Parts: sequence; C-alpha cells; structure tokens
Amino acid sequence: MAIEPLAIAARTVTNALGRGVAASLAALRCGESGLRPCDFEDAVLDTWIGRVAGLEEEPLGGEFAAFDCRNNRLARLGLEQDGFAMAVRDATARYSADRIGVFVGTSTSGIGATEHAYRQRDPLTGSLPETFDYQHTHNVFSVADFARRWLGLTGVALAISTACSSSAKAFASAWRHMRAGFCDAAVVGGVDSLCLTTLYGFNALGLASSRPCRPWDVERDGLNVGEAAGFALLEWAEPDDARALLLGYGESSDAYHMTAAHPEGAGAALAMQGALARADVTPEQVDYINLHGTATPLNDAAEDRAVLRVFGPETPCSSTKGWTGHTLGAAGITEAILVCLCLEHSLIPGTLNTRQRDPKLGAGLVLDNRERPLRLALSNSFGFGGTNCSLLFGRRGA
Amino acid sequence: MNPLFVEGVGILAPGLAGWAASRAVLAGERPYVAEPMPATIATLLPANERRRTTATVKLALHVAQEAMDQVAPISNPSSGERGKLSAATVFASSGGDSEVLDKICTALTQPGRPVSPTQFHHSVHNTPAGYWSIATGCTQPSLSLSAYDGSFAAGLLEAAALAFAEAARVLLIAYDLPLPFPLSARRAIVAPFAVALLLNPVATERRQATLRLTRTGFEPADRLDDASLERLRAGNPAARSLPLLCAIAQRKRKRVMLSGNDTALGVDVEP
Repeated sequence: MAIEPLAIAARTVTNALGRGVAASLAALRCGESGLRPCDFEDAVLDTWIGRVAGLEEEPLGGEFAAFDCRNNRLARLGLEQDGFAMAVRDATARYSADRIGVFVGTSTSGIGATEHAYRQRDPLTGSLPETFDYQHTHNVFSVADFARRWLGLTGVALAISTACSSSAKAFASAWRHMRAGFCDAAVVGGVDSLCLTTLYGFNALGLASSRPCRPWDVERDGLNVGEAAGFALLEWAEPDDARALLLGYGESSDAYHMTAAHPEGAGAALAMQGALARADVTPEQVDYINLHGTATPLNDAAEDRAVLRVFGPETPCSSTKGWTGHTLGAAGITEAILVCLCLEHSLIPGTLNTRQRDPKLGAGLVLDNRERPLRLALSNSFGFGGTNCSLLFGRRGA
Repeated sequence: MNPLFVEGVGILAPGLAGWAASRAVLAGERPYVAEPMPATIATLLPANERRRTTATVKLALHVAQEAMDQVAPISNPSSGERGKLSAATVFASSGGDSEVLDKICTALTQPGRPVSPTQFHHSVHNTPAGYWSIATGCTQPSLSLSAYDGSFAAGLLEAAALAFAEAARVLLIAYDLPLPFPLSARRAIVAPFAVALLLNPVATERRQATLRLTRTGFEPADRLDDASLERLRAGNPAARSLPLLCAIAQRKRKRVMLSGNDTALGVDVEP
C-alpha cells in the first residue's frame, strides 16, 4: 500500500541559473548553462563551476550578523525568493511555529569561514581571528539554525549531512517526523556553497572536469562543483490535491566503498525500488528520471547499471548537472524542485553539453528537451560513503 | 506516543568503559572517576582500514558494535561471518571529524593547497556511517545529522521516527570528540564521548528499558548530581544523553528532560 503523500505547498530554488524558480525554468527551456570557468575567490584550478552571482556583496547583518558566511548568505537569498518565507509565515498561522519542522541538508555548511580564518591565524599564537564564529558559520547545524531563526520556527530542527544525498534525505526525514507526529508540516531544504575545501578536494581526487560536465557522454571526465539553495514547504496532501506531491522515497547504503560507487549500482537500485514501493507504482508508470548524473566516468556507469536493472532502457532520463553543476548537499532539493517544475510544465529536460552518448551505457538518456505531459518523475541522489536516496514525485490528473 | 524498546547500549568515554562496566556508576552505586578512556577496538574493520580511519570513526564504530553485540553477533564480511541482525542507523554528531577538517583547512593555507584525497573523502559528516555499512555489509538506510548541542535529542527523534516508519530496529550512535587547536579555542568539547542505543519499536525479551518521547517547550534539561559527570554532560553534545543513560541504569520509572536547541525532549523511561 502506498504511503500517505505530501504536497509541495511552496518551493524555491536558487543556483547558478539565477534566483528563484523562473530563472531555472527559463534556462532549462532555452538550454542555457549556468556554468563558467572557475572564478571563485583566488582558486587556481582548471575547472568549471556553478557560482551564484552577487553573494560576495550581500552580507548578513543585524541580529543575523553572527551567521554571516557564504553558505548562510545563500540560504537567506534562497529563502527570500518565490515568496517562500511569506508562504511559511502563512503556514505558521495555520500550524503554529513549533509544529513546523526544519530539515536542511548540507555537506560543508559554512566551512568557508574557517578556511578564511585559517589564513588569518596569529603568527605567534596560532589563534584564529576574534571575528571567527564557529557555531554560527562552520558547524554543520549552522544553516538549519539560520533557516529556522530566519523563518521564526521553533519546532524540531536538524541539519542532515550525508554528502550528496543530504537534501534528498531531508524529504524522507520530514515524512517520518510528520508521520510520527513530531511536527505537522515541514520546511525541507538544502544549501551548499562554493568553498576551497570541495574545489581542491574534488581536484585532488581527479574528479573535477576542466570543461563543462557532460553526463553519460563517451568523453565525460568529471564533475563541476556548483552551489545552490532550495527549499520546499511540505504538508499532508488533500484527497484531490492538484499540487506536486512527494509520493515515495527510498534509501540505502552501498556497504561497498567510501568514495567509489558500487560498480553494479546495487545500492542505487535499492533506493529507486524503495521509492517505487512506497508509492506503490511500477517502473513502467514512471515518465522521467532525473539522474544523479555527475559526469564522473564511474558514477555514471554505476547509475546506468542501476537504472537498467530497475527500469530497463526505455524510461526517459537525463542529468541536469550541465545546467547547475553538482551542488553537492543541495543537489537533492535542487533536482527535486526541477522535477516538480517539469511535472507542472510538461517538460523533460535534455542532458546539456552531452553530445555523444557513451555506447557502453544503456539507460534511456534524453539529449534534447521534450515537451510532454508527465505524471510521475523520479529524482536520484547518491553520495560519498555509499549513501543513496531516490524521491518519487507526481501530479494527479495530469 | 508509541513506546520504543532499548535492546542494546554502547558507551565509551573517560571513566565509562562500556555499558556493563558503567551501569553501577550511572546508577549512582559507584562514584564516577574520569579515568583515561580505554582504546577503541573497532575489530569490525579490516586492519588496513583501521589504520586509515580516524579516532572519530573508531569511537563511533566501537559503541555501535557494543550495542549490537548485546542482541546478536553482527555481520562481519571481513571474517566471513554473517550475523542475524542488521538495523537502519542514525549517526548524530555536532561537529563530525574536526581533526580532518583542521588538516584540510591547514593544507589550504599552504602553497599549491595540497588537500589530501584521503582527508577529503573522510571529511563528510557520514564517514562513520559509510565505514559502518562497509564493515557490517548492511545496506539499510542511514542518516547522519547535527543539531549542535541538541544533536543527541535530534538523533533520538530521528531514530524513533525511522523505527516507527519502518517498523524495524534502528541503531542510534551519537559521538563527539574535542576539537584540535585552534578550533578548540572556539568550540569547547571537554572529553570524547560516544553512546549507541539499539532501539526496537517491537517489545522482545531483550528489552532493557522502554522509552516514550514527548517534545516539550522551553523547559530546562536535567542536570546530574555528580559534578564530574555533569561537567561531561554539559561539555560534550553526545554526553547530553547521560540523564537518559542514568535512568536506564537505575532501572526505575522516571521522566528525564534532554536538551535540544531551545526546546527540550521529554523521555519517560520504564525498566
């Protein structure tokens, strides 16, 4: 039997394509990428990134000054798009501030603040500058703490940090908390911002491409790190709800390797099957899969095996990383919102930058945009440590 | 709220060397002495993995293994042994592996910014979860979270929600270690502390305690009478579990209040 679905009552996304859902939808439609050659801080790296413009000039002030760092600036920017904070205020009047939970995914939170502080250590004592505030910037919880305070919410609040599945898992955690009665509605989200840790880290692993990333391409050679903030307000669906719905989620652990995906995609397949089972739908009913599709040679190959195993070669699928880059802990929410936009606007996005599909890969990759009504769409998010999460979204009567 | 049954407890901290050895101290029958923490065992990990992993991973896996071993031997693929039990996991930690983050941030100040690939893949908050699933062969869902000083209470809520949703056992692991200098000057964690609770939404003869959770408003958290234990409770987010562990050890019916962030989590404990 299917789980009780959640309605997406409000949603917003900000990424390299721009601020708010309209910017992302317009870029998806016209095939315009948000990627650019790396121009983040003083990084000297031959790679492309998905940077959100303008964050450098928009510090947090007033009572939120302690939270000021790139990640929380991005969170604030995200919360203020698409009337999202307003929608949460309206929901607060219905549910009360302590009955709306906050579930925010992030991988690196505000570590950028620590990177800066380490460059300003006292030459004699080694101490960090007085202005450095660990709790409100670097700590993993900082972004969830900021979001709940910005929105005036006092209920359960946690940061979920499972690398690149973080903000997909936020949906699963929110569903469970609501089901258990720990809250009646939920703000789920994800925020990850560019920092030297991830840029130099992926470079050290040899996973950062020197060109715009090309998922599933025969010449794919790595990912582009991006940054994003996305949020959704979730409440239990009404019987004839016309809004986009979270119908199922599936999670698994690879139990294989810290950074390498299971070569057969066993864990990824389990996560997809879990989402289908919770929604009580068959693979044939799914109209579109938004792949994790980072464009690293091994990850795409493993995900391809998993998709083939669960869906076969027919189900249309694509990766939107060529538009946004890989936004890490924010990838789950980013692609969840893109999938909801696709459901609402009858769009299957192509796979930007990819020209020649790897003949060794067999999933039903879509290269160019298609206009087609969609009823059910799956979004995949997988991360370091072998953490997998798939989300199934749908619309009734579409 | 529905009850949750505690089937296994793992604990490791200075003066608290395992659940069996700590029960009398936590029950107030023996004084707490903050002796140096014994070495972690983490025998689940193959030797080469054990060498590469950090103190944080070893500490988390040590208590996880202790809690699971109280119910059934766990799977250990490296020894070819398959256990009868696996459980979804929730890992709760305020700051994760700050030793790794310190090394990365230090490397980023050096010419060429030589971030080590190994450090980078150990930098994610879910590193202990990854090693646990690799060591046990467990493919069940796992969540890694932080709620700063409220991380244990947030982890307990997530574990409960997960156990109810799946109608299955969940292993909760909470851990935090002192940060290295210079971060230590900005985030005081006084001693390492890790706890694991194996929770079952179904009553079995293995239950050691029954828990019922209630979120409450802005109520103060319980403190501990013993000054040294209270210093530990207040000085490590994972040790905020101590009032609950004391109640379980005392085998008495009791309501404890655990600190969240601003709010508290009430837990009704029954033997």
